[in-house]
Amino acid sequence: MIQLEEVTKRFPGGQEALSGLSLSVDKGEMVFITGHSGAGKSTLLRLIALIERPTSGQVIVDGQNTSRVKRRKIPAYRRQLGMVFQDHKLLYDRTVFENVALPLVIAGMSYREAGRRVRPALEHVDLLHKEKQNPATLSAGEQQRVGIARAVVSRPKLLIADEPTGNLDPDLSLEVMRMFRRFNEVGVTLLIASHDISLIDKLGCRRIELDAGKLAAPTGDLDSWEDEGEWVTVAHSGEEFPE
Amino acid sequence: MTGWFSRHVSTAIGSLGRLVRQPFASLMIILVIAVTLAIPASLNLVVKNAQAVSAGWDNALDFSVYLQRSVSEDDAGKLGNLIAQRADVESVRLVTAEDALKELRDQSGFGEALDQLAENPLPHTLVVRPGASNTSQTIVLLQEELSNLPEADAVQVDTEWVQRFHAILDILRRAIVIGAALLGVAIVIIIGNTIRLDIQNRREEIEVTKLIGASNAFVRRPFLWSGIWFGLFGGLLAVGLVFYGLYLLEQPVARLAGLYRSGIVVMSLTLREALAVVGIGLGLGLAGSWLAAARHMRRIEPR
Repeated sequence: MIQLEEVTKRFPGGQEALSGLSLSVDKGEMVFITGHSGAGKSTLLRLIALIERPTSGQVIVDGQNTSRVKRRKIPAYRRQLGMVFQDHKLLYDRTVFENVALPLVIAGMSYREAGRRVRPALEHVDLLHKEKQNPATLSAGEQQRVGIARAVVSRPKLLIADEPTGNLDPDLSLEVMRMFRRFNEVGVTLLIASHDISLIDKLGCRRIELDAGKLAAPTGDLDSWEDEGEWVTVAHSGEEFPE
Repeated sequence: MTGWFSRHVSTAIGSLGRLVRQPFASLMIILVIAVTLAIPASLNLVVKNAQAVSAGWDNALDFSVYLQRSVSEDDAGKLGNLIAQRADVESVRLVTAEDALKELRDQSGFGEALDQLAENPLPHTLVVRPGASNTSQTIVLLQEELSNLPEADAVQVDTEWVQRFHAILDILRRAIVIGAALLGVAIVIIIGNTIRLDIQNRREEIEVTKLIGASNAFVRRPFLWSGIWFGLFGGLLAVGLVFYGLYLLEQPVARLAGLYRSGIVVMSLTLREALAVVGIGLGLGLAGSWLAAARHMRRIEPR
């Protein structure tokens, strides 16, 4: 689903966010990206969403080489993705329903047509009863669920999330992750940047750790890997997802 | 096509709702546009009325065609009949040299002096009254043709001051067109600036919608509709202002007409002119918002 080949992103100041990063995520996987702040997690997601372009290297998403997506075609490209943000990025001048309907309206549906897709999405995140409210009146956890409903309403094959639980307490975080897991079970590929390692370990998903724009190399030293969490990949542990 | 249409309708209604939610700010902009449109529209009306009033004047004025002294009274009479048959001439009156001299003697007070003359120095004169269907151009043509007659010595036109008046009106009308063009530019700038501020205020919203896949056209659409609404309401209000001005002038004009015992009626805006004012407002509104949106929308990209 996602392939990065020798991707480098250098910012105008000369600072390198990613240096020669290669990785791949298969269809139907749910993968976490971890690492310290500044390790390049956000930059990686921004390259996938075409908010940034790589300085060199290739980013291939669902068979599409993103460097060949022209500026004019970026909106259509982004409509294939679902995106969830740490700060939700909801619009506070309209209702929950209208927020979730927005991707469909952008794609050319009327609000009435969109309703048939918006209501199931809201039901999925257990917020159907609040569809007419303004998102500003909702709690942080509820707002994040609105953001998730908006990300999945157009049924994307790939969902990327940047610190989706960054502002949530552990219980709410677990609930959000549980929702992601359910989407994963119906075939959505997920790529989630997070620093909440204890939560990720509970889910037993693959974990890609970045360090200074590269894959963090396992040192082979058991202590340092536990302390620093320098795992490249944690295979499916088979541990049941706590329900 | 129907999808495109319904999307525009819902965007249009949404933009209208935004205007209504800020009634004071919206009204101010609409008022500025209305006044800016009403000024040239009403000046144009003034010129139009002045032209209508003066149009009656040049047709009512007679030409005096002074014939050569060698032309006999008989020939003068025949020439008069010939000219009277022209389509653009209503009537011709012959003033013989004797009549003219008599008139001059009676009216000028030079009676004694004139009696000293050995012979009558005055020529026969044809007083030509042009037909009512003449325009200022055909009047000039008639005048030229009369002065080109071999029998004619000179043609005196009493309409010169009317033509000067027409020339002034022509200049005025051109000045109004130039002024209107400048005011139109002002409207484009006013609306463009309003839309620019609106875009800045909604920067975050634009970023978010672009982030989830909105095209430039999609984010531009509500701003274009705001411009259209500003222009449309500004144009309608401008027409309203012009009609209100006409209403205020109705009584004094009626009094003036009474004093002159004439049937002066103020010409109002025709339906076509009123529609033109509204249409120009709408077009300028769209132009202003388009310029602002095209300039600023592209720069707002998600960070």
